[in-house]
Amino acid sequence: MDLFTAIDVTKKFSNHTALDKVSVTIPENSIFGLLGPNGAGKTTLIRIMNRIIAQDEGELYFSGRKLSPDDIEKIGYLPEERGLYKKMKVGEQALYLARLKGMSHDDAVKKLKYWFEKFEIITWWNRKVEELSKGMQQKIQFIVTIIHEPRLLIFDEPFSGFDPINVNILKEEILDLQKKGVTIIFSTHNMASVEELCSQIALINKSKKILDGNVWDIRKAYKTNTFELHYTGYNGNLRDFLPAQFEVTDQSTINDHFIAGIRIPQNGIPNDLIKEVLPYLKIQAINEVIPSMNDIFIRTVTQQVNIPVTQPEVSL
Amino acid sequence: MKKIILIIRREYLTRVKKRSFIVMTILGPLLMAAIVIVPIYLATISNEMKTVSVIDETGLFYEKFKDSETIKFQYLVSDLGSAKSGFTKSGAYALLYIPKTELALPSGAILYSKNQVNLNVKGYIKTVMSRQLEELKLEAKLRDMQPDKSVRQTTDDILKSIAVNVEINTIKIGKEGTEEKSYPEVSMVLGMFGGILIYFFIFLFGSQVMRGVIEEKTSRIIEVIISSVKPFQLMMGKIIGVGLVGLTQFLLWVVLTAGIVTVATSGLSSKFSSKSLPEQVMKNQSSGIASAVPSDVAANSRKAEAEGMNEVLDAVNSIDFPVMIGGFLFYFVFGFLLYAALFAAIGSAVDSEADTQQFMLPITVPLVLSFVLAQYIIQEPQGILAFWLSIIPLTSPVIMMIRIPFGVPYLQILLSMGLLILGFLGTTMFAAKIYRTGILMYGKKISYKELWKWLKYKN
Repeated sequence: MDLFTAIDVTKKFSNHTALDKVSVTIPENSIFGLLGPNGAGKTTLIRIMNRIIAQDEGELYFSGRKLSPDDIEKIGYLPEERGLYKKMKVGEQALYLARLKGMSHDDAVKKLKYWFEKFEIITWWNRKVEELSKGMQQKIQFIVTIIHEPRLLIFDEPFSGFDPINVNILKEEILDLQKKGVTIIFSTHNMASVEELCSQIALINKSKKILDGNVWDIRKAYKTNTFELHYTGYNGNLRDFLPAQFEVTDQSTINDHFIAGIRIPQNGIPNDLIKEVLPYLKIQAINEVIPSMNDIFIRTVTQQVNIPVTQPEVSL
Repeated sequence: MKKIILIIRREYLTRVKKRSFIVMTILGPLLMAAIVIVPIYLATISNEMKTVSVIDETGLFYEKFKDSETIKFQYLVSDLGSAKSGFTKSGAYALLYIPKTELALPSGAILYSKNQVNLNVKGYIKTVMSRQLEELKLEAKLRDMQPDKSVRQTTDDILKSIAVNVEINTIKIGKEGTEEKSYPEVSMVLGMFGGILIYFFIFLFGSQVMRGVIEEKTSRIIEVIISSVKPFQLMMGKIIGVGLVGLTQFLLWVVLTAGIVTVATSGLSSKFSSKSLPEQVMKNQSSGIASAVPSDVAANSRKAEAEGMNEVLDAVNSIDFPVMIGGFLFYFVFGFLLYAALFAAIGSAVDSEADTQQFMLPITVPLVLSFVLAQYIIQEPQGILAFWLSIIPLTSPVIMMIRIPFGVPYLQILLSMGLLILGFLGTTMFAAKIYRTGILMYGKKISYKELWKWLKYKN
C-alpha cells in the first residue's frame, strides 16, 4: 500500500516554475530517495508535503485520504536548513518542539528522556543550546524530528554536516525505525547512501521528475551489457583479436592482473565473450557492470541538460 | 489554538526571564519616580524670598495673606491694568488678582507671573484663600442655624457644605507685557506622557518582535517550527507573547513607580505639619470661634508645601480616568498589534538586523511624525490636524492618547478605535502574506518589488 502520493503537483514562483506536474508515490514502510541536483525542486516538493507551502495544482494523498492539516502530526521533518534556539535550554526546547507536534507534556518528557538516555546526552538537559557542539545539536534535532513517532519521516540532506560517527548512528536509527514500520523519505545527492538505504527513488531535475522506481530495477535498466573481465597471460590489446561487435571500453592494470571493460552486442550473452577470449588469456573473473546510482544520476541529469527533448523514460 | 498558546508561552517566558527585562523593570520605575519626586523636592527647598503683589477687589482677604519665610505679600490699591503694566518693572515675583464677584463668594483668582509659578507659592495662596472662604461660609452657616430648631446636621454635613474648591489660574506675562495662556498642565502632562509611552512601547516591543523573527531565521529553526504550526500561528504567537511582555513591564512600572513615589513623598511630607484642613475647621467649630486662623506662619508655610503636592493630585483627580486608562490600554494593545505585524513582516524579509533599514522607513515615518507633531497637537487638541491624526490608524495610537485628557467626544473615540481595529486586521493580513514567504528566503536581497510579488502568492 502507498503511504503518500502526490499527483501532478505544480508550483510556480513569480519568475520560475519550481515543480512541473511532478507525481511521486511512496510505498508504505519503504525508504524512498528523492534525488536531484541543487535547485531541482526537491525542497519545494518536501515543503508542499509538509504543508509548509501550498501547491498551485495537483493533489496530495496521505494513507489513502487527501492530505489534511492534522496529518502534519504524523509526519516528522528534518529540514536541510535546521537549527535551534541558541539561548534556550536543551530540554525545555526539545519539550517545546515536541509539544508543537501535538504531544502531551508528560508523554513528551517521558519519550525525550528515553531518547536523551539512548544518545547519552541526558546530562545536557539543562544546558543552553549555544554551549553544545554541532554534533550534539544534530542529535537533538534528530530526536525532536522522530519524538512524536510519525508514520512518515522526511529527511532533507540528513547527513550534511554530520561527522562520520553521527552519520552511522543516524543510519542505524533510520533502519531501526523502518523495521518498526515507519516510512522514510530521503532528499539527498549523496548517491552512496541512496544505494545503501533506499529501495525506491524519484529523480527530479529542472522542476520535472525524470526517473523513478525501484533502485535495483533502475540500475538494471541502465545496464549497457558491459562486462568487466579480470585476466592474466596476455599483455597486448584485446582489440587485436576480438571481433568488431565486442566493444572494448577501457583497459587497465591492477597489481598482478589486467581488467578490461567490454560491451557485448544487445542480444549477446557473456558466454560469447568468454568463447572469444579463452584461447588467448587466463580468466580470473568476469562480472556484469551494473551502473551506480551516481552514474545514472550524472547521466540522466546531464543528458537532460544537453538534449532536453529525449528524456529517458524508464517504464517499470 | 493549543499550539498558539504554547508559542505565546515560550515567547513570553524566555523574555521575562531575561536579565535585561529584570534590569529594565527595576530601573524604569526608579527613573520615573525620580522625574516625579525631584521637581517636588526642589520646589520645597527653594529659600529665595518672593514678593507677591495682591489686588483684592473683594476686600475679603485684606491682611489675610501673612508673610512667610519665603513669601512676602504687598497689597496694591491700583487697578489691574496699571498693575500689570507696572508688574514687569516692579521686581515682584507674581501678581495675584482676586476679581470681585457679584453674589457668591469668590471661587478663584488669577496669578500673573514672569515664569512658571512655584508650586509652593501657589499652594500657599490657595490654602489661605480656601481657609478664609471656608470660614466665611461657616460663619454664614452658623448664623443661619438656630440652636433651638430641630434641624439636625452632623459635622460631616456641615463640613461638606462649606468645602470650597479654589481655582487659581496662572498666566505668564512676557517681557513686552504679552500674556500667554496657561494650559491645563495636568492634562498636558498626562497626554504627552500617554502618547510618548505608547510611542516608545511600540518601538521597543515592535522591534523585539522583529528581532525575534530574525533570530528564528538566522538560527534556522524556523522551518522546523512551521512544519508543526502554520506561519500565521507562529507570527501571531510571537506578537501576542511580546505584547504581553510589554504589558507586564508596563504594569510592573506603574505599580513600582506608584510605590516608590508614595514612599518618597510621604517621607517628604512627614516633615510637614500633619494636620489636615478639616481637622482644623472642626477644632475651630467645636471651640465656637470662627476666626481662629493659625497665626503660626511657619506652620502655615509648611502646610502650603504639602498642599502643593495635593494640588497636583487634585488636578489628577479631575481627569476622566476610566476613559483615560481604558483608552490607554486599548491604544497600547492595538497600536502595538498593528505595528508589530509590520515589524514581523520586515523581520521575515531580511537575513540580518543590518538589512532592516530600508524597510523600517515606511513604518517609522508615521510614528515619528506623530511624535514630532505631538507638541502642536497638545496646543490645539481639538484642531483639524489633531482630529485627522487621531482617526487615521497609523497615527491614532499616539495622537489620540495626547487628546484624551483634554476630552474627546465619544463618537470620535469610537470611530478612531474602530478604524484602528480595521487597520490592525489589515496590516496583519498584509504582514502574514509577506511573513510566510519571507521566513523561507535566505541569502537574497529583497526589494519592494519582490515584496509586492510575495503578496500575490497563493496561500
